[in-house]
Amino acid sequence: MKEDAELRNEREFPSGKSGQGVGARLPRKEDDRLMRGRGQYVGDLRLAGLQDVAFVRSPLAHARIRSIHVPERYRGSVFTAADLAGIKPIRAVSGLPGFKVSEQPVLATGKVRQVGELVAMCLAPTRAEAEDIAASVTLDLEELPAITDMLKAREPGSALVHEHWGDNVFLETNYEVDISAALDAPIKVTREISTARQCMSPLEGRGVVATFDRRLDQLTLHSAAQMPHITRSGLAECLGMEEGQIRVISPDVGGGFGHKGILLPEEVCLSWLTMRCGHPVRWLEDRREHLVASSNCREHHYKITVYADRDGTLRGIDCEATVDSGAYSSYPFSACLEAAQVASILPGPYKMPAYRCRTFSVATNKCPILPYRGVARTGVCFALELMLDLVAAEAGLEPGEVRLRNLVRPEQMPFDNITKKHFDSGDYPEAMRRALAAIDIDSVRAKQSLGEADGRRIGVGVSIYCEQAAHGTSVYSGWGIPMVPGHEQASARLTPDGGLELRVGVHSHGQGMETTLAQVAHEILGVDIAKIRIVLGDTAMTPYSTGTWGSRSMVMAGGAVATACRELGERARRIGAKLLQHDPASVVLQNGEVRGVNGSVSLQAIAHTWYRRPQDLPADVDPGGLEVTQGYKPVRDSGTFSYAAHAAVVAVDPDLGEVEILDYAIVEDGGVLVNPLVVDGQIYGGFAQGIGTALYEEMPFDASGQPLATTLADYLLPGPTEIPAARLDHMETPSPYTQFGVKGIGEGGAIAPPAAIANAVNDALRPLGVELMQSPITPHRIVAAVLAARATERSAA
Amino acid sequence: MKPAPFAYERPRDLDAALSMLAASSGSAKIIAGGQSLGPMLNLRLVQPELIVDISGLAELKRAEVSGNELVLGALVTHADIEDGRTADVTRGAMRGVAANIAYRAVRNRGTIGGSLSHADPAADWISSLAALGARVTLRSLGGARTMPVAAFVVGALESALHAGEIVEAIHVPMRSASSHWGYAKSCRKTGEFAHAIGAVLIDPAVASARVVIGAIDTAPIVITDAAELFSGRIAADYKQRFDASVADGLLAKAGIDDAAQRHIHVSVLKRAVQEAAA
Repeated sequence: MKEDAELRNEREFPSGKSGQGVGARLPRKEDDRLMRGRGQYVGDLRLAGLQDVAFVRSPLAHARIRSIHVPERYRGSVFTAADLAGIKPIRAVSGLPGFKVSEQPVLATGKVRQVGELVAMCLAPTRAEAEDIAASVTLDLEELPAITDMLKAREPGSALVHEHWGDNVFLETNYEVDISAALDAPIKVTREISTARQCMSPLEGRGVVATFDRRLDQLTLHSAAQMPHITRSGLAECLGMEEGQIRVISPDVGGGFGHKGILLPEEVCLSWLTMRCGHPVRWLEDRREHLVASSNCREHHYKITVYADRDGTLRGIDCEATVDSGAYSSYPFSACLEAAQVASILPGPYKMPAYRCRTFSVATNKCPILPYRGVARTGVCFALELMLDLVAAEAGLEPGEVRLRNLVRPEQMPFDNITKKHFDSGDYPEAMRRALAAIDIDSVRAKQSLGEADGRRIGVGVSIYCEQAAHGTSVYSGWGIPMVPGHEQASARLTPDGGLELRVGVHSHGQGMETTLAQVAHEILGVDIAKIRIVLGDTAMTPYSTGTWGSRSMVMAGGAVATACRELGERARRIGAKLLQHDPASVVLQNGEVRGVNGSVSLQAIAHTWYRRPQDLPADVDPGGLEVTQGYKPVRDSGTFSYAAHAAVVAVDPDLGEVEILDYAIVEDGGVLVNPLVVDGQIYGGFAQGIGTALYEEMPFDASGQPLATTLADYLLPGPTEIPAARLDHMETPSPYTQFGVKGIGEGGAIAPPAAIANAVNDALRPLGVELMQSPITPHRIVAAVLAARATERSAA
Repeated sequence: MKPAPFAYERPRDLDAALSMLAASSGSAKIIAGGQSLGPMLNLRLVQPELIVDISGLAELKRAEVSGNELVLGALVTHADIEDGRTADVTRGAMRGVAANIAYRAVRNRGTIGGSLSHADPAADWISSLAALGARVTLRSLGGARTMPVAAFVVGALESALHAGEIVEAIHVPMRSASSHWGYAKSCRKTGEFAHAIGAVLIDPAVASARVVIGAIDTAPIVITDAAELFSGRIAADYKQRFDASVADGLLAKAGIDDAAQRHIHVSVLKRAVQEAAA
């Protein structure tokens, strides 16, 4: 297998030998500054005259605003909705039939609908002084009943988040393919499964520095954002400005995960404010704002039935899924992306003959929900894979066996599944077999009967998913949200000294794009990657792009860079042929030079001639020169499907409820890996977040809608001591549709761990009659379930 | 978040500090390592008018054995104890506790006096020092008074400190050679606040046992005559005699209604007993 890959590399990617092209395990170029603490984030910007903003935020989840009192001495420093004449609310509408529109005012008007909602903006020379002003503003609020339980919120008679809707449902969808065919299956398992609300918690929070340039008549918004071009479009709509009047710069960004994908009310507010007050203004999200007032993710509820034959063959799924979408529809993803995705991906990587799924996107008095790394897939994988373990238990089979029986097989690829997802390539069963072998399932089973010496119970769990990435126009146009990705563009320019500049509209917030895109360009042009510079994160400097989301950047921007570099290389080749006095058909571009039978000329020399000695160029030279912008779409835009099988071995202490991960194996297939080192980093990072979802992270609310985990002492994130060294194994099945056969892999690591770990905990505790169907699996939940099972046993005895 | 405005003083000696506290009539806060007060200031959970920074007071950094006890100045850090820079009269008990307080960065700055003064129920010293039978000396301009640590902590974040008073020193009695020590806690993750603490000091030779159940959202439960936990008699077989149902009853009496929470506390205490017997 490995030899094949090496051969292929040599054949198709001639530069492989240079050690810098596609497939090279290179340290990240950007780490030279990032790891030395020399990155430049929004919070590092120093602009003359900069002042800080602190917001007055709603202390209540749901209330009518009677009045806002600003002390006389602060009147000129505090701004409310009444000041923001002409500023439009944020609207993220979905074109799906029946979608109800929410309007999110950038500063609250009339009502507040979540704790932390922006009510007033306070300006001062420092953040501390701005907070002093904010503390002096008093709100007269008439508290309304808070809607905090998405299931109750669906019931008639519930209080309403948006009164004019008549109910609390953003969108209800129904999807059915022949569910009646499954109903006579001998195995029928029904459960309720839920995943907790989480905060995405990038190391760097959101941050905004806004300033206005009178010479250019241009607002410049520096923002820690994943999708600067989309932010610009949203800003222009809210501010009523032309897009050309707005420049969005997103400098170094310390993690995105979806949190930095949306247009923030704070971005609109500060844009207005800098134009109003004439000097730069800044707001930096602090950790408390992130936890209490920012976007959340992951809160799903499933009522799910799985049908199967006695031999474990799946016959169908019937599900009702509810997503707590929070108070508002976020721009541009909308409040229904999550639930719509649940319906389209719930059948997983399996052959599924019958399927029905009804979904509800429900409005509540909580922060808007956003697509977090893995989007709905983490919840879906949790629900489906927990159910498959129950099917295995019913059928008396190994959980791995049930997966192997139902996974789409390699000879069936490409495979169109029951929801019309087009699985492009791969060997799903092989990934599962390797994962089981990696943890040595047989010896774990043998060990299980002995238990741990300290009385803990051992369990093993597996999970597998496939992940659609870089899906494009045909997929998103159907959802009718404010953003539909089309051709991805990249610009490539040779500099007079033979360096290469690449401009792309995606962004890099931990993905290592400055390295991997350079590797792609090197693959085509042979320019040393030390001489390749990547420009990203600036609407004035880069081609339009929807940005970095959906594990799309390597496929889309990588494809665009390759396409642009090919065109650039072709132009250089033709110039080179003239300089060599050869027929263009007889020369090739190889390892950074144009070669013919009589000699060669370097790209550097070609660039020098084009820019500095045009007198040496032939009269009929391509006037386009050595700067090209090209657009790219894969052969099919239905997405690449990377996949991974995860296997976990845990020890569970039934008295303390503590879970230790003893072993963890990940077998993933991301197609051809541009840089395996970067991919490993992506998987480890996602794995850490998956452990957070599985065991630690939860934002609970009380009945009045108050978020209860308001500091990191209450909102627990896994740290180095909670993250074991997972073992990684890569398979490399090229995508048939993309440049080099790459697939998107950015999110995968976060998808499977909650399911694998929960299955392992349940496997450990099954002999005690314990079953946990809710994330995170906390010590308290484990012990409560153990005690409940003991009580049941006692009453039965 | 940023703190509300406050004045800041860094006194040269203890008397100056006490004078500042006395003059502030209760609106001052003392800062030493700042490991708890720092975040609380930033979150504006406390908004003192004056911060008195005592971290320069050499007289509070002393640690010396005096007679049958170790006297630790309030500014001795957790790391001082962990690293053995202070004498140990507890046969390793305090070093073991210190080494597992939060993270090393916290231990480098956090002080034993600050931890006691803060009186967080989940903190290690208030439970472990109560079990070891330690006493604390409080000083104000008016003089000093000494009381058991067990009496010093009166509730969650509530201590017996009066306005103008400061924790000056902690007196730790010599632990006898025949005694057994066990300390266990359960944390969601390494370095996090514990959600259950059990501390036991048992001396089967003289049939005595001090038992503490901590991290219970109020002052720890301190049982100085713990025979009831061991089926009425403390003897060499105390591990076998440990009666979980008595511990469970104490927790229920302390107002912990949640059975799973009580079960975790009892299990942690049981671990401490097992450790003592090991």
